Amino acid sequence: MSLDLGGPAQPLLTVQGLVKHFPVKGSGLMRRRVVRAVDGIDFKVKKGETLGVVGESGCGKSTTARLIMKLLDPDSGTVLFDGQKLGHELELSAYRRQVQMVFQDSYASLNPRLTIEESIAFAPRIHGVTARAATERAHALLNRVGLDPGRFAGRYPHELSGGQRQRVNIARALALEPRLVILDEAVSALDKSVEAQVLNLLLDLKDEFGLTYIFISHDLNVVRFLCDRVMVMYLGKAAEIGDTEAIYERPGHPYSKALLASMPKANPAERMDEPPLAGDPPNPIDPPSGCRFHPRCALAEPVCSQSEPPLLQLGGDHEAACLANMSGSGHSLAPSRAP
Amino acid sequence: MALTLTREKAQPAIVLRSPGYWQGVLARLSRDRIAMIALIVVALLILMAILAPYLAPDDPTRGSLARRLKPLGTPGHVLGTDELGRDMLSRLIWGARLSLVMGVVPVPVAFVLGSAIGIIAGYAGGLTNSIIMRTVDVFYAFPSVLLAVALSGTLGSGLTNALVSLTVVFIPQIARVAESVTTQVHRLDYVEAARASGAGSLAIVRVHILGNVLAPIFVFSTSLISVSMILAAGLSFLGLGVRPPDAEWGLMLNTLRTAIYINPTIAALPGVMIFITSIAFNLFSDGLRNAMDVKT
Amino acid sequence: MLAYAFKRLLHVIPVAFGVSIVCFLLLHIAPGDPLAAILPADATAELQAQMRALYGLDRPLVIQYLLWLLRALHGDLGLSIATGRPVTREILGAMVNSFILAGVATLIGFSLGSLLGFLAGLYRGSWIDRLASSIAMLGVSVPHYWLGIVLVIIFSVELNWLPATGGGTDGSGGRALDWSYLRFLVLPALTMSVIPMGIIARTIRSLVAEVLAQDFVQALAAKGLMPRQILRHVIRNAAPTAISVMGLQLGYLLGGSILIETVFSWPGTGFLLNNAIFTRDLPMLQGTILILALFFVIMNVLVDIVQSAIDPRIQRN
Repeated sequence: MSLDLGGPAQPLLTVQGLVKHFPVKGSGLMRRRVVRAVDGIDFKVKKGETLGVVGESGCGKSTTARLIMKLLDPDSGTVLFDGQKLGHELELSAYRRQVQMVFQDSYASLNPRLTIEESIAFAPRIHGVTARAATERAHALLNRVGLDPGRFAGRYPHELSGGQRQRVNIARALALEPRLVILDEAVSALDKSVEAQVLNLLLDLKDEFGLTYIFISHDLNVVRFLCDRVMVMYLGKAAEIGDTEAIYERPGHPYSKALLASMPKANPAERMDEPPLAGDPPNPIDPPSGCRFHPRCALAEPVCSQSEPPLLQLGGDHEAACLANMSGSGHSLAPSRAP
Repeated sequence: MALTLTREKAQPAIVLRSPGYWQGVLARLSRDRIAMIALIVVALLILMAILAPYLAPDDPTRGSLARRLKPLGTPGHVLGTDELGRDMLSRLIWGARLSLVMGVVPVPVAFVLGSAIGIIAGYAGGLTNSIIMRTVDVFYAFPSVLLAVALSGTLGSGLTNALVSLTVVFIPQIARVAESVTTQVHRLDYVEAARASGAGSLAIVRVHILGNVLAPIFVFSTSLISVSMILAAGLSFLGLGVRPPDAEWGLMLNTLRTAIYINPTIAALPGVMIFITSIAFNLFSDGLRNAMDVKT
Repeated sequence: MLAYAFKRLLHVIPVAFGVSIVCFLLLHIAPGDPLAAILPADATAELQAQMRALYGLDRPLVIQYLLWLLRALHGDLGLSIATGRPVTREILGAMVNSFILAGVATLIGFSLGSLLGFLAGLYRGSWIDRLASSIAMLGVSVPHYWLGIVLVIIFSVELNWLPATGGGTDGSGGRALDWSYLRFLVLPALTMSVIPMGIIARTIRSLVAEVLAQDFVQALAAKGLMPRQILRHVIRNAAPTAISVMGLQLGYLLGGSILIETVFSWPGTGFLLNNAIFTRDLPMLQGTILILALFFVIMNVLVDIVQSAIDPRIQRN
């Protein structure tokens, strides 16, 4: 286990100005067009917390995860891990031992030619653990995620159910004893009953190993259950970030409101007739000018297509990027300047 | 550092082991009757080539003008004699040696080189991939017969030149298959996960790529052996392979062409051997494809 | 559609250049002095000096290639050592014969192969299916030059129905559609047709099987509307693939005709190649291979373009 450097007040992960654009293939000869997958985001992950990242598909959630994992190289931006700048004070190999990821597709994320124990033992072996010790660790982890090593260690991925495979993936991610685990839609593909079991497992493991999670999901119910804080992403940017309760009770961004309103409700009385979010998100190749959400926003005014709102404090840690909250922005709903 | 994780059990007394992929392949293959028959034929042909000195009743190069083109069933020459009076049976048996060497050897060599080229291209991607694959495309742009004839025709006849030419013909074909499967596997999450755990390229290729791409490349390569047999004998038939008086089926087919008016059965015999070998390899390769569950 | 055709043509240019480089280098991988390879053995010192200057043999390889390419683009592929005539002219004459042979063989192979594949796909698991897959198997396994010899033995030597060798131009210049000419074509074309027949039969069989498995066909069958409509659907679905396979096979046959042309002494490009190899006529060898390979490359592009014209969903990069 790596040492805690900066103490509990130091954020475990600090992301600053992260940008990733992908060139579009087969575009015109003259203009080089890009998909603005991640277009400048900043956030912090505190030690021991679970940060939820939500948004529609294509908003840059998974790209953000891959950028943090250094599976992609960002166009610009920095990542600090426990106060250390990645690539400067902190070497990539040392970083990788501390940050691991669980993918959505439980089958595609396991090598079909390796047995379960070989898959889990792979990473420790890479980092110099002896074969015997790595296998022992694999068995211990299997035990810990609720799979009997006697029954499962020698099996192949295709012989397991989706929930079992995802437990294996969690064990694999824990094999290096990381401090931060990124869960990229890790439970989205599971049946509801299995999902609940895996979520409880994740909570237990977090306590037991002192983990920090980044939990990427489109399921707002699950996020509310699991996460301490939430970041709402829209077209490669952070629309709102703050404590889960604050966002769910008092969303500061119209997009968050609309997302929350579109949550399936158990109570028929709370259901709505109109979909709160019409249509698909705009094309990230040519994002709308100004506030990117304005073409779909109920509060949109002319000013919204002209100036881009920065993230603005609403109180405490709660921040949202909306001109309607920004005094002097020119939006009719904007509060008057502070006295 | 070999990453065959030890099979020693840690805590559990017994770890249930599922049969591995290759065990499954062997089991499925052994249930495929046609593939097994094909395999036996191939084994017999190889055995025949190895044991030629003991099996052949006569010296394959010793002829006699007095007994030219004797028909089948001639006493002492069950399969007759060729245009120089040499014993056909002995020449067919000895012919297995050069014919199999010429037909088979280029494929494993091209398998190693082509896989390496294709896997590197597929794994590296980007500019490296473009440079390698555009070069491969150029060689792939030649019909295989034409490329083989062009190379061995320029280099001149002889066993080595023919082997080199055939190998060059198959490398681009195998490299294309290797590149495409590697590119597919490279995009899968388990490779990403391996990278995320800090594994270097070498470890990723060895543990995660090779195990998943070799099967389809291998199946494709075995299907080339039959093509290679026909091409190799074809080169000899054109006078571009081994030189007389060596016994080789393609060359025998060529030199016996003059005999088709006198003793047509004898003239056709070497082709039967090529045909049998080629079918056997083809059927075995088909069985292997099914057993390995490779989609084309 | 036009944009796609243009893009494919752009893609082909580097490949064509690569092919020309490979062909150019053939002269240089040949053992011995390249000068000796392009001149008859008894060439005078004067002629040698002249050729050395013309080919730029004392200059860097890149310059030599560019000089060669420039001449090749003007249709000058050098002089045949064996005959002393321009290589280009010899090739064009032979090309016509090869084209006739390969074309007829493709047509035969395509017709028989489609029929076989169609029946096999329609009656899967029946004897005709097994027959079709056996024929397809044998077709790709048979050494076709040997098959040619066997056919000659049967139809020329034993039955004396057809000529064993020869054909093509008969000297009179006329290439009328009469038996005296066509009879030379029968055996080589039949032999050659075996190669595409199996491949086409396999392709058509799986296409038919695919169409039959589609929901709407199942629905048609359930309504009792069987063969006619199904036939139409099959043809519409199979046409693009079938045409592309046919085009590619034509290219293969033309490029790989050397073995069959040698067996039947058919005066095409393959025969030309064979002679060039025997006389070590390297300019001839180089020129023929260049033309055949370029033809194959162009054929590939044409197939892609035609295929995407029929079915715009199919576009390859």
